[in-house]
Amino acid sequence: MLGQIAYALPFLAQGFALTLWVSLLVVVLSLVAGVILGVGLVYGPAPIRWAVRIFSDTIRGIPILVLIFFVYYGLPAVGVHLQSFWAAVLALTLFKTAQVVEYLRGAVASIPKGQSEAAMAIGLTFRQRLAYVIFPQAFRRFLPPWINGVTDAVKGSALVSLLGITDLMQAINQVIGRTYEAMPLYILGALIYFAVNYALSYASRRLERRFAFIRD
Amino acid sequence: MATSSNNSTALLDIAEVSKSFGSVSVLRSVSLTVAKGEVVTVIGPSGSGKTTLLRCVNFLESYDSGSIRIDGKEVGYRDAGTRQRRSERDLAAMRAETGMVFQGFNLFPHLTAAGNIMLGLTKVRGKSSAEARSIAEHWLGRVGLGHKADSLPAELSGGQQQRVGIARAVAMEPKILLLDEITSALDPELVGEVLAVVRSLAEDGMTMVMVTHEMAFARDASSRIVFMADGGVSAVGPPREVLAAETTNERLRTFLARFRASHF
Repeated sequence: MLGQIAYALPFLAQGFALTLWVSLLVVVLSLVAGVILGVGLVYGPAPIRWAVRIFSDTIRGIPILVLIFFVYYGLPAVGVHLQSFWAAVLALTLFKTAQVVEYLRGAVASIPKGQSEAAMAIGLTFRQRLAYVIFPQAFRRFLPPWINGVTDAVKGSALVSLLGITDLMQAINQVIGRTYEAMPLYILGALIYFAVNYALSYASRRLERRFAFIRD
Repeated sequence: MATSSNNSTALLDIAEVSKSFGSVSVLRSVSLTVAKGEVVTVIGPSGSGKTTLLRCVNFLESYDSGSIRIDGKEVGYRDAGTRQRRSERDLAAMRAETGMVFQGFNLFPHLTAAGNIMLGLTKVRGKSSAEARSIAEHWLGRVGLGHKADSLPAELSGGQQQRVGIARAVAMEPKILLLDEITSALDPELVGEVLAVVRSLAEDGMTMVMVTHEMAFARDASSRIVFMADGGVSAVGPPREVLAAETTNERLRTFLARFRASHF
């Protein structure tokens, strides 16, 4: 049994690498898109605020699996054909982006109005106020839910196996298909996911302490 | 007309400024000029528009009509007639010419005392951080906090925080300093240290407009006192005139009587 699993390890490692790659893409892309849209939601003119609000509420109201199938099987109907890998990344990124928008809105809304006013009063421009006054303070409140979201993204990336992409989950299923050793392999898979997410949570707690400059 | 826009020595010229929040009229054609080096104190019952007026001067609030000029330059709008708002960059540059100290201090909690003062100096005035640091240290020394340069706001008392707030504003070398009830959030025993700083700035010739409830301080430190009621200027003049008990101004007499009853 162990021999068979050891034999499959390089294959599982490839799957794990793909899981990390999908997760990384989704986390980075959703962070960039979510922060931009989130700033639009908080500070933008009414049409932008409405558009972001509708986007976020819609996406968050759809199960992520439906979103993945919609992008992969649905979009070709309107002429958009994506490889399964990019369809999965797009769907997961849309989902995560909507969450990042909400984390950002919440974090920024928690900063008292007087902070913006004090920053305005010394002559900082809008961008400078965000960069030097608002974001550094909002970061501390943004971090915990966002790290939670990152661990969700790592776990949620297992759904891409449903599009036939050989991520860690799919690799495990394939090895089980050959070896019929379901229990040890699923335990191994669970341990790997757990190890990644535990490392993230640990890093998050360290970061939170480092940025704990405001006493609540 | 009470405006004196022909007064060439006016540093701040507020002319017929009106503003409403929805159907509530908070400023009714307010006019006021402040000369260089003057200390003008605005008093009045709450809801009279004092703070709103102050916040219009650095355009933290917009106003519906009228004009506010600093050194002859229209503050919030490219032109008082067209009422076209200045660009973000322009507004920031205009605001850098006025300093403001807030009732709630509003120090940046993630920056040290020196860091609070240096932010505007480096990002707005373009000074090197070494130069900004030495300016920050100079002003912290002036407000008696030379030893607190590297303390975070949370490590300072209210009075100390407010003195950093003042240092942050004056370090930018503003043409005019706006003080919005800066001692109202302080414990009584901390008020004196903050007012002492304001007094020393006045002696240095800093032009100031302040909203305060500290009547004794207003009487001693002001060149002129403005009494506002219902969004308008109800009385203006030297402290002894405005605060005189035998004033014929009904609103002012009621305000002063109520004030004396509750504070003495």
